Amino acid sequence: MTEAEFEALRVFLKARSGLALSPDKRYLVESRLSSVCTRFKLESLSHLIREIRAGRAMALEKATIEAMTTNETFFFRDKSPFDLFQDVLLPKYLKERAGSRRLRIWCAAASSGQEPYSLAMILKEAAARMPGWHIDIVASDISTDVLEKAKAGFYNQFEVQRGLPIRLLVKYFTQVGDQWQISPEIRAMVDFRYLNLLDDFSRLGSFDIVYCRNVLIYFDAALKADVLRRIANLMAADGSLLLGASETVLGVTDALTLDPAHRGLYGKTAPMAATPTQRVIGMR
Amino acid sequence: MNYCLIIDDSRVIRKVSRDIVESLDFRVSEAENGEAGLKACEAEMPDVILLDWNMPVMDGYSFLKALRATPEGLKPKVVFCTTENSLDHITRALQAGADEYVMKPFDRDILAAKFQELGVLPASHSA
Repeated sequence: MTEAEFEALRVFLKARSGLALSPDKRYLVESRLSSVCTRFKLESLSHLIREIRAGRAMALEKATIEAMTTNETFFFRDKSPFDLFQDVLLPKYLKERAGSRRLRIWCAAASSGQEPYSLAMILKEAAARMPGWHIDIVASDISTDVLEKAKAGFYNQFEVQRGLPIRLLVKYFTQVGDQWQISPEIRAMVDFRYLNLLDDFSRLGSFDIVYCRNVLIYFDAALKADVLRRIANLMAADGSLLLGASETVLGVTDALTLDPAHRGLYGKTAPMAATPTQRVIGMR
Repeated sequence: MNYCLIIDDSRVIRKVSRDIVESLDFRVSEAENGEAGLKACEAEMPDVILLDWNMPVMDGYSFLKALRATPEGLKPKVVFCTTENSLDHITRALQAGADEYVMKPFDRDILAAKFQELGVLPASHSA
């Protein structure tokens, strides 16, 4: 793979998925795309990039994006975002939404489903406190492969051990050979959808809680700001956003503000009080 | 520093487990069967116990039932760590008083997450 070919691949990935690949990531390209070459019977990465540049291989483009996308996830990953949901956000919205009895949650980079299913299990455990509530959990991802896995709800032994309390495994999973399948009632609580965060996602509607963890780290600053601004637009006025442990809105956007009491939790920035000039203009 | 007792008849498993648990900042001791494990608990009750199922002399299931019947035996968090991975075994372990269950093979991430879930390892500890 020549420098020019690597550059062409970087441009393609940035334009199509937002993935900002730094020049030192050549090794990642080579390790992740070799299997795509084999699958599409291409002799080398040079051939793969030539096909992509020609713009006539949709399946190859999709497979390339999916191979370069990181799908690392596990149940209750990092624990604290789920403790926060259970101990802070759920009590807050049970009170704030007592009138409508409706709660909408979006997992913006759901990967193979462990994050939305973790939330669904928490909600199921809290069901006795929520009679008559209507909960939407929308879970989106750019990879159709991982979405198919998520919808099927099958996980191997390694996956169900990473972060999932054993009592929840026993309660909500069925052993199928050497796999574990999450129960139909939990699967039915999550609406999985294909979504590229580069595209307009306003049609998803308004959300009370958004989980967008460990995806913005792959975007450059301008794209991060754009995605965060559009997420903020979708959030209810008192909505909550949870980012990954290494992610922040600081220096990226003013549309969101860190909750000083809870690391990784953000709310919409309150509209600034109008200046006297604005008030006069507004009155005219 | 929290104290972990590893009960397993395999010296290799004990060594691997010890390396992982020590890397999580635990003080560790070992026992090769349930009977030796009970004696170790009499000497000093651990904060957490990693427990194999199939062992000679006294298996993990019998150990757990005996431990939970003692006055101080409710204190330690007990994590079964076994090749027995059927739902039936897991259910029996929980009914006998196990707090968590790890199916071999396992790695540091899995054990760290289980310990965090049980509250014997701070959530802030890098898993």
